[in-house]
Amino acid sequence: MKWIRIKALLMRHLYLYKRSLPRIMDIFYWPIIELLLWGFLSIYLEKANIGGFNIITVLLGAIIFWGLLEQSQRAVSIAFLEEVWEKNLLNIFVTPLKISEFLASTVLLGLIRIGLVGIVMAGLSYLLYAFNIFAFGLYIIPFVLELLLFGWILGIFTTAIILRYGTSAQVLAFGFIILIQPFSAVFYPVSALPNFVQPIAYIFPSTYIFEGMRAVISSGAIPVIELLMASLLNIIYLILVIILFKFMFAKVKEKGRLMKLD
Amino acid sequence: MNIVEVKSLTKRFDKTIAVNGISFKIEKGKITGLLGPNGAGKTTTIQMLLDLITPTSGKIKIFNLDLKKNREEILSKVNFSSPYVALPGNLKVDENLLTFGRLYGIKDLKNRINELTKFFGIHSLLSRMTSTLSTGQLTRLNLSKALLNKPELLLLDEPTASLDPVIADKTIKMLKKIQKESNVTILYTSHNMKEVEEICDRVIFINKGKIIDDGSPKELVKKYGHKDLNDVFLDIAKDSEDDWK
Repeated sequence: MKWIRIKALLMRHLYLYKRSLPRIMDIFYWPIIELLLWGFLSIYLEKANIGGFNIITVLLGAIIFWGLLEQSQRAVSIAFLEEVWEKNLLNIFVTPLKISEFLASTVLLGLIRIGLVGIVMAGLSYLLYAFNIFAFGLYIIPFVLELLLFGWILGIFTTAIILRYGTSAQVLAFGFIILIQPFSAVFYPVSALPNFVQPIAYIFPSTYIFEGMRAVISSGAIPVIELLMASLLNIIYLILVIILFKFMFAKVKEKGRLMKLD
Repeated sequence: MNIVEVKSLTKRFDKTIAVNGISFKIEKGKITGLLGPNGAGKTTTIQMLLDLITPTSGKIKIFNLDLKKNREEILSKVNFSSPYVALPGNLKVDENLLTFGRLYGIKDLKNRINELTKFFGIHSLLSRMTSTLSTGQLTRLNLSKALLNKPELLLLDEPTASLDPVIADKTIKMLKKIQKESNVTILYTSHNMKEVEEICDRVIFINKGKIIDDGSPKELVKKYGHKDLNDVFLDIAKDSEDDWK
């Protein structure tokens, strides 16, 4: 991989962000709306003493971390879609650019988006709800990293599907992650799910991540099993999704659809 | 010395054979026209040379290297321009050139951009949004992009399509000048036979995925007993017209 080519695509997207309000809105709008919604709900539940212990921490922490997962997935998918919408895939793939460099640029773009969302959400939640995300301590960091990795895996997965089926599948870039949310134990423990749904929940690394985060908040210790399971599943899915992407890319080249992808 | 060597190249899309076992060589420093009616297999051939389409069978060697095994090295010395493949309209002209310059790893990129945009007369447009450019300006931007990496092989797919005759003529003159100065090898497709006669050293006619004939424009005009290359084209494409009827 060559850094100059990764930087080329990264800069290409940053040029767009610096003068496009809708693109900036795409980063901040939904996370802020969700933060406001869940933040006020948490305050209400806490005052009514419905949720019990640490309701603000659990719900706000969950919504901030879910926002990070969403951003990391969307950054990868949207960066790819930008090239499809602008019919630029052919232009970039007649250069020496490698698929790995293309994906690396989208991952880095995701990191920038996540950094921005993280700062804004952490600041707002502190200002509005006196909630300090950094109070979770260092134990939360490995879970955040696993979360970002899972977001990138989902982003590459949706990109592979769009590559194969064209923009008729672009709804996946925006909606696929929502399908996973009910099973990922974001706002409630897995035990709250019906028994027959629980095995489904455990196929997603996000489930272990959110369960682990809640354990960190409640016990202050790092739940090793949850962390190991999240890492193991992420590694397996990462390998599978790279194979899938390469397969889809090869199929598109075989069918001659790279130029016609829309 | 041959820059491109294609051997028994075939591309099948399900039941359709787009390119049917063609073989040809392209000499260094020559402008070769790849001609044929719509659907003859020109674009598919060019896209296989750019590794955008995987051939069903056959071999492609560029700079004496196997394209399949040496994609990165080969594509760093190749470039492509087509009016049908626009650069992103939501980027400024300089942003587009910077992006592609970086993708080719060009050193002293800003100077190269200045040099090319001055040559093509679009230097004053560097801060304009690409979407606001006229067709002629877009063609010159595309050509600037195509020359950023000082390619040894340049693939030009109908570079003058949709240009008015004055701009088309200027573009051809610019291309001839570039070719003379840099000795770049050019593979050129066009439906304008007058232009092909003016610019190409040699032409390869393809139809229905097969090479029909190959030679210098003068040789082919003489061989077919016509007054110009346009009539040769009509003669060769007759077969496709019959299909159309």
